[in-house]
Amino acid sequence: MSPAQVMRFALTGLASNKVRSALTALGILIGVGSVILLVAVGNGSSKAIESSLDQLGTNSLTVIHESAGGFFSGGSASGATSTADLTLADATALSQASGVQSVSPVVDTSETLSVGGSSDSDVSLDGTYPSYFEATNSPISAGSYLTTDEVTSASKVLVIGATTATDLFGTANPVGQTVDVAGVPFTVVGVLATKGSTGLANADNTAIAPLTTIQETLTGYGSLNDIVVEAQTPALVNPVESEITAILDKEEGVTSSADANFEVENQASLLTTAASSTHTFTVLLGAVAAISLLVGGIGITNIMLVTVTERTREIGIRKAIGAQPGVILAQFLAEATLLSVIGGGLGIAAGLIGTQFNIDGIKPVAVPSSIALAFGVSVIIGLFFGGFPANRAANMRPVDALRYE
Amino acid sequence: MTSSLTGPASRPVIRLQAVTKTYGSGEAMVHALRGVSLDVLTRDYVAIMGASGSGKSTMMNIIGCLDVPTAGQFLIDDIDTAVLDEKQLALVRNRKIGFVFQAFNLIPRMTALANVELPLSYAGVKARERRRRAEAALTLVGLADRMSFQPSQLSGGQQQRVAVARALVTTPSLILADEPTGNLDTKASHDVMGVFDQLNAAGRTIVLITHEEDVAAHAKRVIHVTDGQIVDDRRRVAADANPPLLSYSTGARL
Repeated sequence: MSPAQVMRFALTGLASNKVRSALTALGILIGVGSVILLVAVGNGSSKAIESSLDQLGTNSLTVIHESAGGFFSGGSASGATSTADLTLADATALSQASGVQSVSPVVDTSETLSVGGSSDSDVSLDGTYPSYFEATNSPISAGSYLTTDEVTSASKVLVIGATTATDLFGTANPVGQTVDVAGVPFTVVGVLATKGSTGLANADNTAIAPLTTIQETLTGYGSLNDIVVEAQTPALVNPVESEITAILDKEEGVTSSADANFEVENQASLLTTAASSTHTFTVLLGAVAAISLLVGGIGITNIMLVTVTERTREIGIRKAIGAQPGVILAQFLAEATLLSVIGGGLGIAAGLIGTQFNIDGIKPVAVPSSIALAFGVSVIIGLFFGGFPANRAANMRPVDALRYE
Repeated sequence: MTSSLTGPASRPVIRLQAVTKTYGSGEAMVHALRGVSLDVLTRDYVAIMGASGSGKSTMMNIIGCLDVPTAGQFLIDDIDTAVLDEKQLALVRNRKIGFVFQAFNLIPRMTALANVELPLSYAGVKARERRRRAEAALTLVGLADRMSFQPSQLSGGQQQRVAVARALVTTPSLILADEPTGNLDTKASHDVMGVFDQLNAAGRTIVLITHEEDVAAHAKRVIHVTDGQIVDDRRRVAADANPPLLSYSTGARL
């Protein structure tokens, strides 16, 4: 008895009750499909977080001025004994630390940019140094970066984000155009490449100008909002973090962390935290989906038991004309496995189609190993859950099976 | 009967020696067979007759290797079935025996051809050879034009002839028929018995179980079973002669 022949018998068996076979396969389809889709959703959300953190630059550390930045305003309220400013002197001190590639002091403000009739409000406007572009992983797509000369001379030049560019100029080339910022004309020298949403804000609705220009025309010479420090290599991020914390503590006369007027944010550690929480999320989703796969498997056992009972007489006939127990076992196992393989195959297709859609703002990313695993498990489910009914069929006594009405 | 030395013609295909079969135990014990001894020779055509409950179906199950005796010996082609496991019994059923049942017992939703090919599939015969032999067997029983029909599309007589084709396609040592005409009308019964007669004339050994005298009239030897014992054993024609009611008008088909 060739395997092809066993398969043909199994197919004939399944075809004899198409609706029932289809519904049983549907159970496995849903199980496999949901494993693939839900794991993809979990994976997609972790990928989204990783890439948005990546865009901030993994080599970079950000020193945030607490009382001025307001980013962590809760923290500053209790320990506000020191409200010392973050200054250019601090930035200069930080640039002396070993392992530091660059230091970019930043002042930020939110302004309305306008050109002729069109305007763009709430543009995040950063005043900084040219090293900021590399440290924050912000390449330009047109024009040029800011230069040190422009910072020194406080030139009224701007590099604008991709969204800001389209809002103000449409499809026209913004480079060389003049933009009005709070009544002050600036010349656009460059356009940043698209970054996409970080989940918190549109990172493309932004503009970058020389630090000196922003201080002179908009914010005055107060505290810096933050200082972006770029380490030379990712491995140096943690040592650099301790070193700059020590330098700033000394500069600002901070004795305990509660007194600190700054906070050092490490992108790498954020990434690790985010990755571990999304991993938990993925495992949870996968577990829920695995339960539905198990339920689908029990559906196979159920239907195969019904099938074996219904076809007791047929089993008797087959045995009478010489089918060995192993062949009967193989036939019913093949039927159960075919159900799970067909269901599993369609489930993979359904799961992959599902991953093409955004789900609650998350772009699912299919995990190849979850596909292989879900399919493998569905085949094993067919063998395992089909094994009990198939064994029952194989061990029937032919004389009893033939007498069955 | 004495065994002769004249060659394979008189060799017993099956031999039952003091076979008993009981069901249940203690007070509820039922004696279906109480020591049956019987030899069936090659080319013989035996009808086993008996009333319902006489033990003839139990005898048929034992001869067909579907059931095992409680005591005594059953040999088929000199093979003692007591030492065989379920897998080997399946092989014996496949190679040595061809079954024809009262209820036809074709597998539904499979064509006549596929039904006839089935025992060859279990024997491991290749597809091309399987088809050739199944087609030949169906032609033999006069159903060359019904090969692609499913059982539900065939009359009772046609279904039983498909079953006969399925029984003979493996060229078994023995064709075993359990009330083959029980569900058929007179015309269809006549057709089916005609096929059996011709198969026997062509050299096949046949054992059939029946309670109809006119079916038993086709056989060369008639055995009566009552209360699990053989009470009458009458030979009407020699084992290697032609069956008594063979109709030569259709014999050309074989």
